Amino acid sequence: MSHNTLLVFEVTILVLAIFLGFEVISKVPAMLHTPLMSGTNAIHGIVIVGAMLVLGLPNKGVFTWVIGFVAVVLASANVVGGFVVTDRMLEMFKKREPAKPDDGKDDAAK
Amino acid sequence: MSYNLTNLAYLVTIVTFILALRYLSHPAHARRGNQIGAVGMLIAIAVTFAHKGLTSYWVIAVGMAIGGGFGAVAARKVKMTAMPQMVALFNGVGGGAAALISLAELHRILPEAGAPKVDIGLSIVLSALIGSISFAGSMIAFAKLQELIGGRPITYAGQQYVNATLFLSCIAAGVALIAGVQDEWLLWALVSGALVFGVLFVLPIGGADMPVVISLLNAFTGLAAAATGFELENNVLIVAGMLVGASGTLLTMKMGQAMNRSITNVLFGAFGQVSEQAAAVAAGEGGGTVRSVSAEDVAVMLAYARKVVFVPGYGLAVAQAQHDVRALADLLEAKGVEVSYAIHPVAGRMPGHMNVLLAEANVPYDQLKEMDEANTEFSRTDVAVVVGANDVVNPDARNNPGSPIYGMPILNVDEAQTVVVLKRSMNPGFAGIENPLFYNPKTVMLFGDAKASIVELAQDVKAV
Repeated sequence: MSHNTLLVFEVTILVLAIFLGFEVISKVPAMLHTPLMSGTNAIHGIVIVGAMLVLGLPNKGVFTWVIGFVAVVLASANVVGGFVVTDRMLEMFKKREPAKPDDGKDDAAK
Repeated sequence: MSYNLTNLAYLVTIVTFILALRYLSHPAHARRGNQIGAVGMLIAIAVTFAHKGLTSYWVIAVGMAIGGGFGAVAARKVKMTAMPQMVALFNGVGGGAAALISLAELHRILPEAGAPKVDIGLSIVLSALIGSISFAGSMIAFAKLQELIGGRPITYAGQQYVNATLFLSCIAAGVALIAGVQDEWLLWALVSGALVFGVLFVLPIGGADMPVVISLLNAFTGLAAAATGFELENNVLIVAGMLVGASGTLLTMKMGQAMNRSITNVLFGAFGQVSEQAAAVAAGEGGGTVRSVSAEDVAVMLAYARKVVFVPGYGLAVAQAQHDVRALADLLEAKGVEVSYAIHPVAGRMPGHMNVLLAEANVPYDQLKEMDEANTEFSRTDVAVVVGANDVVNPDARNNPGSPIYGMPILNVDEAQTVVVLKRSMNPGFAGIENPLFYNPKTVMLFGDAKASIVELAQDVKAV
C-alpha cells in the first residue's frame, strides 16, 4: 500500500472514531462521570503499543534505548494503574446491589 | 505475526474498547465494561509482542514490570478520597509516553533525506505538543489535589500574554519541523516549551475546577495517542486514542454543564479570583454573626426532627466519615426520622465521587437524592446537616452576580428549617470564597473534625 493510500485510510478511521467516541457515551449519568473518565484514562494507555514498538526496534542507539524504556515504564503505569483504579471505583457500585433487597424499611420511610 | 493478522487482532482490541465505553456508561455493568477494556488491552500487548521484527523482549518486559508494578501498587494503596489525583497521575504518564515516542520516532527517521514527510511531521509535532502539555498539566493537577501546592489559583500580571507567547513559540518550532528543517533540537525545544506551558496553564486554575481540567487533559492524552498512531502507522493507536479524545471531550463538556461553567471560563477565568464587587458584598455580610452550638444540642434537634437531609462534601470524604454518617443515619431512622442524602453533582472533588464514597459505606441507593430532586425537598426538611461541604451550598451562587461561582447550581439548604454546618474552622472552602450561609440566622455551626463530630452526634442521639 502506498503511503498516501494508507494515510487516507487512517484519516477515514480517525473521523469514524470521532463520531463513535461521541455517540457511545452520550447517555452517561452524572454519577458515572468519574469512573468513565478513569476508564477512558486506562484506554489511552494503548500508547504502550507505541512505546513497545519503539523500544523493540532493531539496531537502536543509546538514545532510543533510554527514551523507549522510559516510555514503556510510563505507559505501563498508565495501563495498569488506570484499569485498577477504575475497578476499585466500580467495585463500590457493585457492593450496593446485594443490599438492595433489604431496602424495604427505607421504602417505608419515604 | 503477519501485518494483516496483527491488524485483525488489533481490531478485536478496538471492539473491546468500544464495548468498554458503552458498558461504562451504564451503572449496571460498568465494572464489566472496565474488565472488557482490560482484556482488550492485554490482547493488544500480546499481539505487539508477536510483532514481526520486534526485538529486546526482555527489556520491554522489565519496563512493563516496573511501570505496571508501580501502577498496581499505587492504585491499590490509594484511599478512595485520593482517586481524582491518581487519575491525574496516570493520565499524565500516558501523555509523557506519547511525547517520548515522538522524540524517539523523529530521531529514527531524521537521517533520511526529506524526512519527515509532512503528515508524519505533523503527527510527531502534535503528539509531542499535546502529550507534553498533558503530562505537565496533569502533574500540576496532581500536586494541587494532593495539596503539595496550594489549591488556590496562582495568577500574576500579564499571565495570558506569557502563555500565549509560549504556545505560539511551540507552534513556530513545530511548523519549522513540518516545513522540513531537519533539526532534532527543534522538537526538544517544542517539548520543553510545551512542558512549561502545561505548568503555567494549570497553575492559575483553582482546585474546585480541577476535575474538569483532568477530564480535558485526559482527552488530550487520547489525542496524543491518536497522533502517535499516525507516526507509527498503527490502527489501534489511532482508533483507541481518538475514541478517548472524542468521548473525553464530550465528558468534559458534560462535567462543565453539571457545574454550569463553560470550558473557556474554566480554562481562562482564573476561578476564585474574587471580583471587587463580590468582595464588597461578602464584606457586608461578613459583619453578621456565626452561631456555634454543641453536639448535644444538634443531637436533640436531629432526634426530634421528622426529616433530616445530609449534605456530604469533600470534608466528609477527607475525614473518612462516610461510615459514621451511615451509622448516625441508622440511629435516626430507628427513631422514626426520615433520612436522605442530597448529592451535588460535583460533591467531593469529581462528579460522581460522592456516590462512590457513600456506596462504599453501604448507604442505600434510594436515599441518595440528585440535586434537582433534593432541592424540591428542602422546604419540608427540618434539619439539613452539611458535612464538610461549602461551595455547593453557597447561596452566593444564586444571589450574588459578583461571586466567582455565580450561576453554579447549588443545593438550596437554606430553605430547610434549620441548617447545621459541620466544619473544621471558619476557613473558606476549596475555591477560597466566602459563604454567607454561615451567617444566616437559620444556620448553626458545629466546629471540629467531621468524623469526630459525627461520632459524638451518634453517641448523643443514642442518649436522647
